Amino acid sequence: MENRTVIDAHNLSKVYNPDTIPVNAVNGVHLHLERGEFTALVGPSGSGKTTLLNMIGGLDQPTTGKVVINGTDITALPPNALIDFRLHNIGFVFQAFNLIPVLTARENIEFIMLLQKIPAQERSRRVEELLLAVGLPDKADARPAQLSGGQQQRVAVARALASKPQFILADEPTANLDSHSASTLLDIMEKLNTDEHMTFLFSTHDQRVIDRARRVITLVDGSIASDTAPAGLHHS
Amino acid sequence: MLSILAWRNIWRNRNRSLITMASIAGAVMLSVVTTSLQKGVFDNLIRNLVSLYTGYVQVHGDGYWDEQTLDNSFEINDSIRDAVSRTPGVTGVAARLEAFALASAGEKTRGCLVVGIEPSREDRLTRLQSKLEQGNFISDSSGEALVAEGLAAKLRLGVGDTLVLLSQGYYGSTAAGQYRIAGLLHFGSPDLNDRVCYLPLHVAQYWLDAPQRATALAISLDDPGDLRQTQAALRAALPATLEVMNWEEMMPEIVQHIKTDTVGMYIFIAVLYLLISFGIFSTLLMMLSERRREFGMLVALGMRKGKIALMVLLESVWLALVGSLTGLLLSWPIVWYLTRYPIRVGGDFAKIYERFGFEAIFPATLYAPIFIEQTLVVLAVGLILAFYPAAQIMRLNPVAAMRQ
Repeated sequence: MENRTVIDAHNLSKVYNPDTIPVNAVNGVHLHLERGEFTALVGPSGSGKTTLLNMIGGLDQPTTGKVVINGTDITALPPNALIDFRLHNIGFVFQAFNLIPVLTARENIEFIMLLQKIPAQERSRRVEELLLAVGLPDKADARPAQLSGGQQQRVAVARALASKPQFILADEPTANLDSHSASTLLDIMEKLNTDEHMTFLFSTHDQRVIDRARRVITLVDGSIASDTAPAGLHHS
Repeated sequence: MLSILAWRNIWRNRNRSLITMASIAGAVMLSVVTTSLQKGVFDNLIRNLVSLYTGYVQVHGDGYWDEQTLDNSFEINDSIRDAVSRTPGVTGVAARLEAFALASAGEKTRGCLVVGIEPSREDRLTRLQSKLEQGNFISDSSGEALVAEGLAAKLRLGVGDTLVLLSQGYYGSTAAGQYRIAGLLHFGSPDLNDRVCYLPLHVAQYWLDAPQRATALAISLDDPGDLRQTQAALRAALPATLEVMNWEEMMPEIVQHIKTDTVGMYIFIAVLYLLISFGIFSTLLMMLSERRREFGMLVALGMRKGKIALMVLLESVWLALVGSLTGLLLSWPIVWYLTRYPIRVGGDFAKIYERFGFEAIFPATLYAPIFIEQTLVVLAVGLILAFYPAAQIMRLNPVAAMRQ
């Protein structure tokens, strides 16, 4: 039987300043995501959304617990192996776009594949595919400063997809976008989720994202307060 | 990819990078020009000194240089001359027989240095004929003398007058002779001008009762850069009873002067590079501070910190390389011009130089290693300075960096 589990987080906790004034950012979170999910992580500011996302993405080490991605316990990986793991398995979309300003849209997307040492021909083909998928084939040679916020975020989505990751972590992806750009971006991500079964995990405050999510996990004070899923998916 | 990224990164803040590159270019230009000028002046000084008297290498009887007496002279024969002439790199050789003597004319007497020379060979080696002020140069078979004009003036002698020389000959014999003055020589050095007198070698040997003997064989070289190899080859070719010395061993005070001056130049250049180091370092620090968030993002995306550090090293190298190459391009025509048209000084300064027999000119030299060295030094400075931001990147926490 095919293993559909992509993210398996066990008893995740994160305590900042454990030796001085301890702050429990995340408290004993268990989280299980399967391939093809389109999940929103919501909650008030300071509820631990970004910290949880960072631990799932291997950017931050949990104080206790472990994160298993596709069968690999990433909390046990040494630093360089963890960076390589992220390169090949996790796509990131950040709130502030975070494109490399000196590279064009095409080069920003290609950059990840260069790090993966993918041959030039395949890189070129995939870049064209991704630019088409995010609706920016005519902006291939534009630098980030020449693109609108929405267009930059679409390039960031294409960059996240370039490495053919297991899933995409998106931290407040629509926070800096107007409603039209946010809607276009969500359409693209929804289509990728539907057509290619790409798994998305968002942290968001944005109701437009929450409305589109098929599963919504609410964090309050570092703990999961609710986990709602449409019919056919069961989480608690 | 990394080098392209690094190249583009340095143009993010165009003005800042241009200012940094300009400061590097200025420093490189200044150091190349001053170093080329210094080397040119030293080369000229050495050429002057060597051409004036010593030759690049001399062969003596063993111990002659420490105790310069006729007793330490040596017998020259065809086999010694042939051995010297056949040594690769040797372009000219002239035998000399030197002795101190009393020069007398009428009631005037002066101490002087009498040098027996082979006139035609000596002229090829030291351009002695160019010092002739009055009268004629002597030939190899002549029996006449050349007298420095300062000495002639003190003895109130002129061309055609007779000079009497008294000295101690070989093995203590008495040497006395009188010689017609064929010409008067002018030397810039007052020391030489007041006390030198030349005789043809065979005349000096007869006068000093030292037939076939010489105190030195002065040797000129094709390439002064081969000084030590030629010296070693001569040592190997000649009997062990002869000493072979190069001009550096014969004139250690000149070598010391050059060394002292060179150290001064190195200090000047070090201060110059220290100043530009601050410029490069501040650029790198600002870049690190401005892009910490981006570095965090790159680590998050899966770029190893080592690669990011390498990218920053390349950025620093690009800055240094463009700056130093610009400096080289700017300095090349200046050095070329100073090689062709040396700086000429006038007034009292020139007179001081001329007193010592040197033209008061300061030529530069187009010496490729100077250009290469300066480029390498600046690249090394850029590379070393980039280690600090590189170390910071290796310690980067991507989450903290992206929170900025």
